[in-house]
Amino acid sequence: MLVSLELLAGCSHLLRSTENLFAQTRPGGYPALHFLTFLFDQSSTSIFAPEATPAHSIFNLSLLVLAICTGIFLTVAGLLLFILFRFRHRRGYTQREPAQIYGSTQIELSWTVIPILIVVVLFLATARVIFVTQTAAKPSNALDVVVIGHQYWWEYRYPKLGIVTANELHIPVSDSKEPTPTYLTMSSADTDHSFWVPRLAGKMDLIPNKINTMWVDPEKPGLYLGQCAQYCGVQHAKMLIRVYAQSPADFQLWVKQQQQAAAQNSSVAEGRAVFEGNACANCHTISGTSAHGIFGPNLSHLASRDTIASGAVVNNAQNLRAFIDDPAHYKPGVLMPAMHLNDHDLNAVTQYLLTLH
Amino acid sequence: MSTAVALAHEQIGEWKQPSRGIVGMACLVIAESAIFIIFVVAYLFYIGKSLRGPTPREVLEIPWFASICLLSSSITVHFAVHDLRHSRIGRFITWLAATVLLGGIFLAATAMEWYDLIYHYGLTIRTNLFGTTFYSLVGLHASHVIVGLIMLGLALVFAFFGKVNAHHAERLEVVSIYWHFVDAVWVVVFTVVYIIGR
Amino acid sequence: MATQTQVIVNPATRRGWLDHVQDWVTTVDHKKIGLMYIGYALIFLVIAGLEAILMRIQLLVPNNNFVSPQVFNRLFTMHGTTMVFFVGMPILFGFGNYLVPLMIGARDMAFPRLNAFSFWVSAFGGLLLYFSYFAGSGLYGAGTAPDVGWFAYAPLTARVFSPGHSTDYWTLSIFISGIGSIGTALNIVATTLCMRCPGMKLSRMPLLVWLYLVTSGLVFVTISPLTAAQIMLCIDRYLGGHFFDTQAGGSAVLWMHFFWIFGHPEVYILVLPAFAFANEIIPVFSRKAIFGYPAMVAASVGIGFVSLSVWAHHMFTVGMGPGPNAFFTFSTMVISVPTGIKIFNWLATLWGGNIHFTTPMKFAIGFLFQFLIAGLTGIMLSVSPFDWQLGNSYFVVAHFHYVLVGAILFMIFSAFYYWYPKMTGRMLSDKLGSWHFWLFLIGFHLTFDFMHIPGLLGMPRRIYTYEADRGWEIWNIIVSSGAVFQAVATLIFVWNMIASYFKGEKSGPDPWDAWTLEWTTSSPPPSYNFATLPVVESRRPLWDRKHPEEPDSQYE
Repeated sequence: MLVSLELLAGCSHLLRSTENLFAQTRPGGYPALHFLTFLFDQSSTSIFAPEATPAHSIFNLSLLVLAICTGIFLTVAGLLLFILFRFRHRRGYTQREPAQIYGSTQIELSWTVIPILIVVVLFLATARVIFVTQTAAKPSNALDVVVIGHQYWWEYRYPKLGIVTANELHIPVSDSKEPTPTYLTMSSADTDHSFWVPRLAGKMDLIPNKINTMWVDPEKPGLYLGQCAQYCGVQHAKMLIRVYAQSPADFQLWVKQQQQAAAQNSSVAEGRAVFEGNACANCHTISGTSAHGIFGPNLSHLASRDTIASGAVVNNAQNLRAFIDDPAHYKPGVLMPAMHLNDHDLNAVTQYLLTLH
Repeated sequence: MSTAVALAHEQIGEWKQPSRGIVGMACLVIAESAIFIIFVVAYLFYIGKSLRGPTPREVLEIPWFASICLLSSSITVHFAVHDLRHSRIGRFITWLAATVLLGGIFLAATAMEWYDLIYHYGLTIRTNLFGTTFYSLVGLHASHVIVGLIMLGLALVFAFFGKVNAHHAERLEVVSIYWHFVDAVWVVVFTVVYIIGR
Repeated sequence: MATQTQVIVNPATRRGWLDHVQDWVTTVDHKKIGLMYIGYALIFLVIAGLEAILMRIQLLVPNNNFVSPQVFNRLFTMHGTTMVFFVGMPILFGFGNYLVPLMIGARDMAFPRLNAFSFWVSAFGGLLLYFSYFAGSGLYGAGTAPDVGWFAYAPLTARVFSPGHSTDYWTLSIFISGIGSIGTALNIVATTLCMRCPGMKLSRMPLLVWLYLVTSGLVFVTISPLTAAQIMLCIDRYLGGHFFDTQAGGSAVLWMHFFWIFGHPEVYILVLPAFAFANEIIPVFSRKAIFGYPAMVAASVGIGFVSLSVWAHHMFTVGMGPGPNAFFTFSTMVISVPTGIKIFNWLATLWGGNIHFTTPMKFAIGFLFQFLIAGLTGIMLSVSPFDWQLGNSYFVVAHFHYVLVGAILFMIFSAFYYWYPKMTGRMLSDKLGSWHFWLFLIGFHLTFDFMHIPGLLGMPRRIYTYEADRGWEIWNIIVSSGAVFQAVATLIFVWNMIASYFKGEKSGPDPWDAWTLEWTTSSPPPSYNFATLPVVESRRPLWDRKHPEEPDSQYE
């Protein structure tokens, strides 16, 4: 009970600090920027509120693109409106038909050449961003994270730190003077997925039998939201992403906690026995126990997460119990079967899992 | 109205347009080529990528005899159409029969090759990437050969019953375009599978 | 000279309804086949529209449970598949079938029986797809209709991830209708190249015919890759093949390449006929010849060729290297040049004209505005870093619906109002047409203008619901509300077509004072099209006849 209260307090603290995050994104300068940011700041997943270098470079390029496209639109649409007004049929029209004009080489040449020039400018600006983002050299102090997409959850491995976790990605913030970006190496265990956290970077697909990479360097601590962006099956909509960017100190604390083996609390030994004795152990891993399954998320530190079911449900005793009893209640079509435990076992195993900080 | 038409005709001159059958068959050839190109791309892409199982080098023998037969059948069908156009029906039937025979030899050789691959080497469509792409590509081609042989065979049967004469030369030419296409595809498949892929 | 065939009812020879049915089922007349294509497509338009409305109700509020996730996933799969293959293609082939022989002064298509076969095969494909709703449940109780999205990415379509037969209904129905599409395209090319009336050189063909020629050429090299990919998918699913089996070393990306090599040119197959209609309708209601005919031909052919080189702009996020990303960005931007030329030529046609805002013209002007915007959002998406954010989001959904509904469907409506008199001998009601136009315009903009915003705010596509904490709610409500207007407008349109058939004003052969050959014969045309085959000397034979003092043949 106390644990769940703590969790709730932690959640609201996080949510408040995220609001602070929004409050800080007010760039000075161009009115257009102001307007855009105001319009789109209402959302925690707006692409116009970048918080990391990849998202920034896309945002800056997008301003150029939007400016060019808006200019073209105003010119052509304005011309069309003028034409519709000026040459509309009016009652006093005396000619039988207007003058028939079949073409004009100079005019046609000009509206071929000018678009070609616009295309060249736009392409060069774009190519620069493509190459800068995709061929960025990896600094030696970058954090390596392996991301593996599953139907319908995210596996995160920190190979150099010996950590395996799921659904909530913790990474350090990156100071622009001494950058410590996070390099994500990504693939999938089943179908295609896509990792999209709009405020940090563009999306990158996770494809089986293929390895993709991307990098992020969040500027400020906070919670960054996203979700899977490639249709992967029934519960594609609930494969949510939570990225916790933490100060270096907080991140080290988190790492230490995750590196420990799963808590062994004798008061919940019965629950642990239920876990190991049932089919749970076939799909899930809890370090220090006989459960070594890898089909489902690693649960060694389940109680340290804010949510379960890949961000779909708040992590508290009631939800956890209900989820174990019938996962399809929260995520119809999810691959975890209903465990058909009796009430007693269900309570015991829930209590056990809640001790796994 | 008719004088206007006559005048216009004078101005326009002779009004010639291509033959419907040939244009139609050309379109079909383009579409079918696109299908084959995709299978060829898949084959090339997967060369050397099989995780296990027999490799091309281990199991494939270059089918020289079958290929020569098939490519010669293009020559025989060409002569067949030529003779039909000049009303030499007897010669036409001979060349056409030769075409069908050569095509049949090709199919039989393919069948023998596949029998060997399946029962001797254990290579099937589900064995590995090589098996999948090989049988699909060669099989797609073989199925087109079968369709072509059916059309040529029908023409041969009609010819035996004396129903074919010089008026039908263009229709036979349309069929022969299809047959030339099948042979051209074989040149590509042969190169990709038996030369590049080994 | 308006000739309406009078039916003299003689009891001995009176045709019962069964005779009529037999007439239509066995017909090889391109006009009847064209009408069947169009009617068939309209029925599927209504069905797929209903599927869209169900989806929009589900997305009205976050965490809604109007439909289950399984049903929603089937809805978006069926909606997309139906709209592309069983509404878009048939309607455009229907108009092509009807108009091309009439516009080149021919009596029918080159291969009438192939024409009929192509229609019935395509029709069967559509029925097969919808049969899945009844019979899709496979051995595992998994079904019914396909739920893998209209582009059916591997390995989601592998047996292991899509058990049962639902995916197979998708594969087979499209495969079968693809055969019909290739047949019709073959017919259009052969008819256009081989059956033009005397004097109609290629450079004197109406632009509609040119565009259908380019479209048909595209069909050959576009539908075939899809056919090949589907054969491969069937081999994977039923013969144990490994084309897209990543566990055996296969590649999921290969399916994407093959699909989009089809998928992108496919949308040009859908849009070029819309351009074709614009090329005929805009000049008539501006009372001017189309500006820059040779450039229009060149631009159309150019668009056809370039469209074959842009496909991987659907794959910017799959991890191709910077080289391919840059190449496809470039090729996609390049295609905007000939497309822009066309827009400018239409503007120049309107310039100096005498513009009549008839119902077809209203829809054509809507097309011009909306196609401009759609093209610009396409340019935005072609910038691959921008696509890294916006790809697979509601921005993309908004963009392609802007093209498909705002440009193509608007132009299709325009074509209906313009050629309905030719097909039936009656005018559609202008008043109802106005209601249709304005209601649909409002609904369209409510839905698809505002749909861009959730995409910019991070909402991906193909999600059966969404979280409440992302700021997407208000936009989804606005988007869903527009659907109501569009539905009502479409019903008005259908009513207009039915009512006008019986009570519409008689049109005569040439109600719009137009200039191409189809307006020289009666409305509807007799089965043989023309009493005597016309002889032409310019691009606008009727203009020459009406203006003998300054015929087109003098100037071009």
